[in-house]
Amino acid sequence: MSENPVFSRIRDDISENSVVLFMKGSPVFPQCGFSAAVVEILSRMGVKFKGIDVLSDPDLRQGIKEFSDWPTIPQLYVHGEFVGGCDIIREMYENGELTSYLQEKGVETAA
Amino acid sequence: MAVSRRARIEASLTAAFHPDRLEIVDESARHAGHAGSRPEGETHFRVEIVAPAFAGLSRVQRQRLIHQALAEEFAASLHALSLKALAPDEDRQA
Repeated sequence: MSENPVFSRIRDDISENSVVLFMKGSPVFPQCGFSAAVVEILSRMGVKFKGIDVLSDPDLRQGIKEFSDWPTIPQLYVHGEFVGGCDIIREMYENGELTSYLQEKGVETAA
Repeated sequence: MAVSRRARIEASLTAAFHPDRLEIVDESARHAGHAGSRPEGETHFRVEIVAPAFAGLSRVQRQRLIHQALAEEFAASLHALSLKALAPDEDRQA
């Protein structure tokens, strides 16, 4: 079976950008509460990230779910590694784990 | 009447994990009118589950196990699932 063609695009995005959020809508205009919650956390932490709107591309919207083996959006990647969706990011933020994780990965935060 | 999604989620998770504690809250009403919601509801759920199967696993691994157990529901338009999966010794809020 040949690979889903959208996978190579995803791979490029997550290798060329240290922090990538696959989300619904844009960081300025999130179209979903769960995506908005993660944008809010990253912004509050002063983390620079690339937001990629899956609603603008049906192939990507389906493809990212297969690529990550994860059925929901948003999805956060740091240096090519899948970190989690909204629940996981929120939990890691609340207990301080997200800050140490990002520092470990060499991602700049304001905190 | 068809079995509710909530009941199916409960049955699937119980069979897969034999949880010590399982709480399922239908939050669809809070998302009414939002993309992904349906007039008949049952699209947005919050689940808190405590089971020995999660011990020693990362958050991502735990949620993947739950996603797998509920794959049919995601295929049938379950839109959002908010998850908290704990091992029994982590369940201090009980």
